[in-house]
Amino acid sequence: MTTHRLDARRLLCPMPVIRTQNKVAELAPGDRLEVLCTDPGAKADIPAWCRINGHRVIEIRERGNEIVLLIEVGDGA
Amino acid sequence: MGFAAGPIGGFPVFTSEVFMSRQRKAVALISGGLDSMLAARLIQEQGIHVEGINFFTGFCVEGHTHAIRKKDQSRPKRNNALWVAEQLGIKLHIIDVVEEYKDVLLNPKHGYGANMNPCLDCKGFMVRKAHEWMQENDFDFIITGEVVGQRPMSQRKDTMPVVARESGAEDRLLRPLCAKLLPPTLPEREGWVDREKLLDISGRSRKRQMELARQFGIQDYAQPAGGCCFLTDETYSRRLVDLWQARNERDYQLDDVMLLKVGRHIRPNPRFKLIVGREEGENRFLEGYRKQFIHLHPESHTGPLVLLDGQPDEEDLELAARITARFSKGRNAPRVTVAVTDRDGETRRLEVPPLPAHELPESWYV
Repeated sequence: MTTHRLDARRLLCPMPVIRTQNKVAELAPGDRLEVLCTDPGAKADIPAWCRINGHRVIEIRERGNEIVLLIEVGDGA
Repeated sequence: MGFAAGPIGGFPVFTSEVFMSRQRKAVALISGGLDSMLAARLIQEQGIHVEGINFFTGFCVEGHTHAIRKKDQSRPKRNNALWVAEQLGIKLHIIDVVEEYKDVLLNPKHGYGANMNPCLDCKGFMVRKAHEWMQENDFDFIITGEVVGQRPMSQRKDTMPVVARESGAEDRLLRPLCAKLLPPTLPEREGWVDREKLLDISGRSRKRQMELARQFGIQDYAQPAGGCCFLTDETYSRRLVDLWQARNERDYQLDDVMLLKVGRHIRPNPRFKLIVGREEGENRFLEGYRKQFIHLHPESHTGPLVLLDGQPDEEDLELAARITARFSKGRNAPRVTVAVTDRDGETRRLEVPPLPAHELPESWYV
């Protein structure tokens, strides 16, 4: 299991979702991805994207204006 | 199918693959609105595997403005295309087409609608992208929520075949909401879907769609069709044309497209334009662009963040400062101190009288 990072700060939705989607496509099931963003919309959109595509959000943290989402890549089913 | 149950007593296993044709797959253009949602749902009902595709052009109303303006923050922030996909239980693939879309907007073969909306070229482009995706992912056909006669440009009986032809999708493009009004497509002729169960909706009325939504138990869907693109908006289109004229070049970056959605845009002369934040949410949004622009901010009084786009001379900067002061709490004060910061981060302070209302003509507003 590897943890990868994605900097999606300053991007507005849906760009953080698109970047997350494209990054996850390169990863293997079980890998983790930490997404850093600033658009509050990402707090709803990235988890929604994960639910419909079979990935899991492990944690959402906020520090100041930044939001950190930790995702575990599913098996694509 | 009795034989398909599994390996019993040495009988060969007959999978459904052998007896029945394989499950067909459709890719649905999902905008986040009701029509594309209903179209996808109708096809799911027929046992087709459906996945959604959604295109981000930069001009989508979806998301941004809601996230920017403070007064809109009480509304739930959600991406409607994702929400629709979740309601339908389908996957959604969001495709960034910002770069490719430039050619659609800048050189539309079929021209523009009432504003800068190249609807027919746009639909053709999106169906073409969906068709490419369909081929790459081994899907069988494409569905859209198009309705004959719903949109003046792209959804007319005579333009719908244009979209099918120019996209390359041809008869693999199925419009379930109005299929009965159009010639049978491949999925219908092959019996992948039952044409009899498709619909014959036409016109701008939303009545039948709303009735269908009730039948499917769909509530809380996003409103108007066609209202999801800034290019159909008059003010937005005017700002876009103004940007091209001022730069003497028909081009844009994603940042330009975003900034046209936000704030007051004031152009006193061809050399520069000001983008004035109207409230806290917009000011915070504009702050993200400070390093790319000359920006102004009142210091002696509370006031907006103002971005300056262009090549101002010294007099222009003075005028920009006076306009900034005009939109500050010090608009009635004799003088307001305005900080002017250039792209290198060098700040100087101008002490100026706020521009009186009558010296700020309506014609400066873009």
